[in-house]
Amino acid sequence: MKFAVVVFPGSNCDHDAYHAAKHVLGQDAELVWHKDADLRGADVVILPGGFAHGDYLRTGAIARFSPVMAEVQKFAAAGGPVLGICNGFQILLEAGLLPGAMLRNNVLQFRCEHVSVRVEQTDTPFTAACAPGQVLRIPIAHGEGNFYAEPDVLERLEQNRQVIFRYATAAGEVTAAANPNGSINNIAGICSEHRNVVGLMPHPERACELAVGSADGLVLFESVVNALSQGAFVTAR
Amino acid sequence: MIIDDSALERHNLTPDEYQRIVEMLGREPTITELGIFSVMWSEHCSYKSSRVHLKTLPTTGKRVLQGPGENAGAVDIGDGLAAVFKIESHNHPSFIEPYQGAATGVGGIIRDIFTMGARPIALLNSLRFGSLDDPLVRRTMSGVVAGIAGYGNSIGIPTVGGEIGFDESYSGNPLVNVFCLGISKADEIIKGTASGAGNPVYYVGAKTGRDGIHGATMASAEFDDKLEEKRPAVQVGDPFMEKLLLEACLEVMKTDALVGIQDMGAAGLTCSTCEMGSRGGAGVEIDVAHVPQRETGMTPYEIMLSESQERMLLVVKKGRESEVERIFEKWDLHAVHIGNVTTDGRMRVKHRGEVVADIPNPFLTDEAPVYRRPMQEPEYLKHAQQLSFAELGKPAAPRDVFRRLLASPGIASKRWVYRQYDHMVRTNTLVVPGMGAGVVRVKGTTRALAMSTDCNSRFVYLDPYHGAQLAVAEAARNVACAGALPIGATNCLNFGNPQKPDVMWQFARAVEGMGAACRALDVPITGGNVSLYNETDGRAVLPTPVIGVVGLIEHADRALRRAFRADGDVIVLLGESAPELGGSEYLHVMHGLIRGVPPALNLGREKSLQQLLVDAAEARVIESAHDCAEGGIAVTVAESCFDTALGATLDVPALSPLDDFSDIATLFGESASRVVVSVRPGNVDRLASLARAAGVSALQIGFVGGSRISIRIAGRSVIDELLADAEQVWSNAIGSYFEKQRVIA
Repeated sequence: MKFAVVVFPGSNCDHDAYHAAKHVLGQDAELVWHKDADLRGADVVILPGGFAHGDYLRTGAIARFSPVMAEVQKFAAAGGPVLGICNGFQILLEAGLLPGAMLRNNVLQFRCEHVSVRVEQTDTPFTAACAPGQVLRIPIAHGEGNFYAEPDVLERLEQNRQVIFRYATAAGEVTAAANPNGSINNIAGICSEHRNVVGLMPHPERACELAVGSADGLVLFESVVNALSQGAFVTAR
Repeated sequence: MIIDDSALERHNLTPDEYQRIVEMLGREPTITELGIFSVMWSEHCSYKSSRVHLKTLPTTGKRVLQGPGENAGAVDIGDGLAAVFKIESHNHPSFIEPYQGAATGVGGIIRDIFTMGARPIALLNSLRFGSLDDPLVRRTMSGVVAGIAGYGNSIGIPTVGGEIGFDESYSGNPLVNVFCLGISKADEIIKGTASGAGNPVYYVGAKTGRDGIHGATMASAEFDDKLEEKRPAVQVGDPFMEKLLLEACLEVMKTDALVGIQDMGAAGLTCSTCEMGSRGGAGVEIDVAHVPQRETGMTPYEIMLSESQERMLLVVKKGRESEVERIFEKWDLHAVHIGNVTTDGRMRVKHRGEVVADIPNPFLTDEAPVYRRPMQEPEYLKHAQQLSFAELGKPAAPRDVFRRLLASPGIASKRWVYRQYDHMVRTNTLVVPGMGAGVVRVKGTTRALAMSTDCNSRFVYLDPYHGAQLAVAEAARNVACAGALPIGATNCLNFGNPQKPDVMWQFARAVEGMGAACRALDVPITGGNVSLYNETDGRAVLPTPVIGVVGLIEHADRALRRAFRADGDVIVLLGESAPELGGSEYLHVMHGLIRGVPPALNLGREKSLQQLLVDAAEARVIESAHDCAEGGIAVTVAESCFDTALGATLDVPALSPLDDFSDIATLFGESASRVVVSVRPGNVDRLASLARAAGVSALQIGFVGGSRISIRIAGRSVIDELLADAEQVWSNAIGSYFEKQRVIA
């Protein structure tokens, strides 16, 4: 199974996603430069965290024009699993692969800390191995992770069960106090209508080994490996 | 232009120094040359006041691969790898413009590390501010923290630790010292050298603007009421540009097309050009007309002195140019050929072919003025070293002192700060901020590196020699508490105006003490930085020689945190206590005093203690370790409880009487060379025998567990607090100052 990790200028979690896929999971992985219009036959595409193009103009706003994004669009349209983490999620929003937008954190500061997120849906390639309602302890690290969607968009997201992760307490209660950035409905991550494109602000790739504080994020990567090996998702190859 | 006294004053050059320039050149300098001399002979670049003292520091050792003189130092960490690290100050710019001043400080130190061919993997910062009651101080601190976060987070290098201190003396002159560590192959360290006549010199990175002109000169002068006018001398950072430079330069370094590389930091193009030539024994000739410029109409003087950020100077092997250019193009950077290496050892600057500066490199580097400035023991010392307990009246109840100390910004949780820093990116961080020394694993090996910056400036103020020794001991002890063997150090010496004999005395004594401690503890200093003139309106900061120590952990999975691990574990105090309160946080917080003499330090005992910690961690005999520093045993144990939901019950022996202050000294005294560790009950005997063999006192003082922090002295209860209450006081203290700020600012 092969993971492609896209490298934009300013990506800085590219090596972390690569490390998780290659060294923790033992899967094949390749870093793909944003100017290359070629996903190298990958089965899974990860848009990693960071500050693509310095987050200048608007997070993700410039990255979506990179040549590789046309390939990501095609890959997603063909049902291939795509995971956008943090800045990668922001790029997916700008590229129109996921609905909604990001605002500055309501605390007006960057936040880096472990948070608890509740898995809301398990019928996506990245949550298939989770138990429904499972609470994952994974870190956030962002200044603009305050998810927002217009009321009609939000309603559709909820109705279609596209909200995949919500900020919650360690016991799994969705409360205002558990929301680190002001995201509407405590939304930490969502999926596309066809459920194969998933974006989230927390960093599962940073929580794949107990040595660095948590291994709860590994289940996202295991999910996609299992799902693909069972032929559950058709890839765009 | 006529070079008169006012021109010299503007350039911070003395008439004597000017005379020397004329004699060296055998003629009057051009205005560009005057500017070049002024920055290269500034305190910041020339170390003219400090150099004679710095030469006495130990800089060699069996692990040292690179000592002072390059962009950063390097030590061997095994597996064919080197840790490349350095600390630098950005004090003056951070006061004038806190966000950009601190941000560009981070940018500057990161460039120093990747310039050596190392991938930066960790940042620390050592900060000092005035009292948080002052709205200007809060504004400065918010700006500095946001600036560090803005740059470090964006470029993707984790800020894994550091320390913050508060004292009135820093109100008008905060200290922002930034440390960076990177990893390179031990045999692939790259130097800032220009050699090989005819090799092309390349400029790459951001365009040159008028920002930062005379930054180095500014950093070599005191502040006064003309501060606002100095704002244009602060540079503006672009972390995205630096990220591109970092990746592109590391890629270029993988080829062997590079001869040498140096960043343009203080004194910009001037410094990089003459230092690279000087190191290589070669000359460099450039034409500033080729330098990419952000503004029109810039003069050669301005181009040479600009401190615009995110710029690098490279010397490339002739014939390999296109290979290097291609890599930079990939990253959308344009490497521009601006000159060539020559054989004549001179720095020759042309402007459209016309020579505007022509100076032998040694005049600007090795032959720059060196001063042995007059020194005198300061008057204040006699008074300050006297501590009369009778004058203090009766001490407050231990419980009240305990709460006050937990809420003191120097001791209180720094979470408000470090949650703004990305401290996890790169997934190497094994010990996060607030848990002791920062620890990062070295991927591809079994090892990890621990790092800590420290300096208790009150101790240095009261006794510069011993205070500096205590700083070294504390930093090395912090690293040892993580289970790491201290292997190298870097220093950042922040002092006042060296032209004042008492400041110079403080400096010289501190450097002597630091050197002696580094020798005794076997931690050579591989580089660093001196920041003088930390004064505002004639008032100097507390002398603050910050030391950063790097330690090596053989097995990353044995790294220790300060936090207790399990109910029922035994709490052991390693090291000996004495009735000492001089320079303590207690005196500062409860009595507003910096008085007495600092705690005694026996470097032999310190070394044994540190070795014991490393051995006990490696043998998995201890579960946690925490240096006993500000606030003494009571605060140390409390901090080991925080973030664990585990309480502690202690019974400590009484110290010998100290007027009415025996209990205070027992609980809050800051005797050196002490560490609180926790041990599984089954391992107590093993620890005891290791300690006996090391000649270190090990005293069982209590147990982990329960929901309270209860402390007795010889059976008598003195503190008994709910853990949750104490933790709340400690957690909220710093944040609460900034909630107030919304109303005021």
